[in-house]
Amino acid sequence: MTSTVITGMGVLAPTGLGAAEHWRNTVAAHCRIGRISRFEPDGYPCRNAGQIEGFVPEEHLPSRLLPQTDHMTRLALTAADWAVKDAGLDTGDLPEYAMGVVTASSAGGFEFGQRELQALWSKGPAHVSVYQSFAWFYAVNSGQISIRHGLRGPSGVLVTEQAGGLDAIAQAKRHVTDGIPLMLGGGVDGSPCPWGWVAQLTSGRISSTEAPERAYLPFDADADGHVPGEGGALFVMESAQSARARGASVYGEIAGYAATFDPPPGSGRPPTLGRAVELALEQAKLSAAEVDVVFADGAGTPELDRRESAMLRDLFGPYGVPVTVPKSLTGRLGAGGAALDLATALLAMRHGTIPPTANVRPAPEHELDLVVRPRKTAVSTALVLARGHGGFNAAMVIRKPAGPEGKGGPC
Amino acid sequence: MSRRVVITGIGVVAPGATGVKAFWELLTAGRTATRRISFFDPAPFRSQVAAECDFDPLAEGLSPQQARRMDRSAQLAVVSARECLRDSGLDLESFDPSRTGVVVGSAVGCTTGLEEEYVVVSDGGRRWLVDDEYAVPHLFGYLVPSSIPSEVAWEIGAEGPVSLVSTGCTSGLDSVGRAVELLREGSADIMVAGATDAPISPITLACFDAIRATTPRNDEPATASRPFDASRNGFVLGEGSAMFVLEEYEHARRRGAHMYAEVTGFASRSNAFHMTGLRPDGTEMAEAIVTAMDQSRITPADIDYVNAHGSGTLQNDRHETAAFKRSLGEDAYRVPVSGIKSMIGHSLGAIGSLEIAACALAVEHDVVPPTANLHQPDPVCDLDYVPLTAREGRFDTVLTVGSGFGGFQSAMVLRRPERSAR
Repeated sequence: MTSTVITGMGVLAPTGLGAAEHWRNTVAAHCRIGRISRFEPDGYPCRNAGQIEGFVPEEHLPSRLLPQTDHMTRLALTAADWAVKDAGLDTGDLPEYAMGVVTASSAGGFEFGQRELQALWSKGPAHVSVYQSFAWFYAVNSGQISIRHGLRGPSGVLVTEQAGGLDAIAQAKRHVTDGIPLMLGGGVDGSPCPWGWVAQLTSGRISSTEAPERAYLPFDADADGHVPGEGGALFVMESAQSARARGASVYGEIAGYAATFDPPPGSGRPPTLGRAVELALEQAKLSAAEVDVVFADGAGTPELDRRESAMLRDLFGPYGVPVTVPKSLTGRLGAGGAALDLATALLAMRHGTIPPTANVRPAPEHELDLVVRPRKTAVSTALVLARGHGGFNAAMVIRKPAGPEGKGGPC
Repeated sequence: MSRRVVITGIGVVAPGATGVKAFWELLTAGRTATRRISFFDPAPFRSQVAAECDFDPLAEGLSPQQARRMDRSAQLAVVSARECLRDSGLDLESFDPSRTGVVVGSAVGCTTGLEEEYVVVSDGGRRWLVDDEYAVPHLFGYLVPSSIPSEVAWEIGAEGPVSLVSTGCTSGLDSVGRAVELLREGSADIMVAGATDAPISPITLACFDAIRATTPRNDEPATASRPFDASRNGFVLGEGSAMFVLEEYEHARRRGAHMYAEVTGFASRSNAFHMTGLRPDGTEMAEAIVTAMDQSRITPADIDYVNAHGSGTLQNDRHETAAFKRSLGEDAYRVPVSGIKSMIGHSLGAIGSLEIAACALAVEHDVVPPTANLHQPDPVCDLDYVPLTAREGRFDTVLTVGSGFGGFQSAMVLRRPERSAR
């Protein structure tokens, strides 16, 4: 079976517009969590979010797309453009059905949806936009990206809350394995609006800490929840053979992946993230000892942090592997979170640096080698973990490309 | 050697029919379940008809807490999942949770529950800064519809791969297609997969009104859904759920399970054309059909029945008629083609799975459902659409297709399993 490699990435996150800026800010641990600016958060018990600053949609997208797109779709379309460009592809020049797109979604274009709900309920049905039928729904990003780039291959949309980014990338990989030459995959999310915010609050997992740099502290004794954020990453994937044939440079190989689901609370059965890790490593034909770094899910609530650190201790031993949670800088990005982690992990391999977990003093009870300052070290194999609300687990193993075609070396 | 996948259990909640037996009776009788909307006053809307389920979650066995925390879409899914599991004869205690997964398709997730709660927290649309003190505790589950497969997975005790597929109106084909892929690659031995949608709510009506996709035939609700008829003028919104037990063939054979059909091919393509529009030549749907036939190692001559998308919009009916001619050639004129949306409306993401159920039952019972309300075919739609009356015959190999907003086009081939233990 031919391996699937990543040859392009488009990153749009609170930490940066583009992979380069994201990496600089991530290594420098510039925390981008702050008070919500897209609406007035004063009346709500939680007021921090990880927001993208300086994104002007008009600079990136044709004006005709603006009235029909939610904020998160504009981010996704831009990330897709960047991923395609980074991979050195001209999508106007593809053979028929040669490329498809799979994205993860969590709540769709929710801000657009709130506006239309308000129009309907305050003014009446005649005031609802002609774009509402598709601007808010979960499939919108895959649909719009496929149109913009003429991608007529297999497309898809998955919703598994925070695990969605990895699940979508794995589904795209499946298509590559089945012989589709090129795929776009990943997740970009975030549509901050009061209605979505109020729905987020009911998860009971949002931190109400006022100080932004203290609001999301995975594996810290003071962890009291997380901060939602916006953004994510999209990737171009193809077979190693195809990448070689067109001389594309390779970020890394997707070596293993598995998804599992936790039994319901109170069932007495154990959680299953560990099994996902074992299956992903088995697929990659790697032992735990060969993993150079773990990008943890880092839920930021004490119980979920305990579960994750217990799993890591079981599989890697106490302090057995470097662990990092760079999303401590951005908050949890819904469907975009794990995709952004994958981008960061690929950049860590490229730069030989494990980026830090910001603002956290690891609680001793976790017995984790939590990387809190950038660590220079060769990274050949990384494990990325994600957990979605409701029991979803995903684990993905990536491997540095061997040989000269890799996007390797310092820069 | 590639693993094979069979359907060993079916569960359905449909308009006019809860349960597989009632569903099949309704379809083969050619009865329609479309009516004037009763869930709320539809008078302000252009299209006032829908295919509603007469569904009472408590009477169907959900607990009061389940009924409260689940959106109607999840309720329909859990009830149909229970039925498919019973039908499969699988013993919940005996299967390996880690080898069991769930895929649910849904186009619009918990939209009905979200709208109801929006009206409260916004005080009837008066407030942009909606009031969190009026938010119900399970609102997050409505926001992110992966809560639906979570409920199904908890119900059956699945601990393998679980996900929601949301590709608009092809969700119900794509979810089953994904489950088949997971079984084939060995990520699971049993998948409970299907789809659900419960979109009959003011915002859904309003958004389809705005683009005139739904029918304004409000004076004749029972005959409002008219795919392929010259008088059709839009689809009728529906709701419902169909879920299946899908198993790896040897797994099913070993336990002596009844096999309705084998899923031998599935493919999806995008038209990359327009979010709601279709290319008139049906190129991408034809490509999906050809790919699904290739995977099944069959030719158009092998196809005994086509379950059409048949939504009843002029654009769709012509698009897919062109796609059938393009992919099946001369055989397009021979094969019976029918559209069950004429009877149970268009339940968006759910309908693809309801149509798979109809296909599996056609193979099982040697009869295909008709296209109801088809009295005067559109001259451009010149295939055999099985008007008005069900048709008996032997249907070993059937094709079902779907087409949706976002440009998604999907096709699936089901075949009679060679051996059956029942």
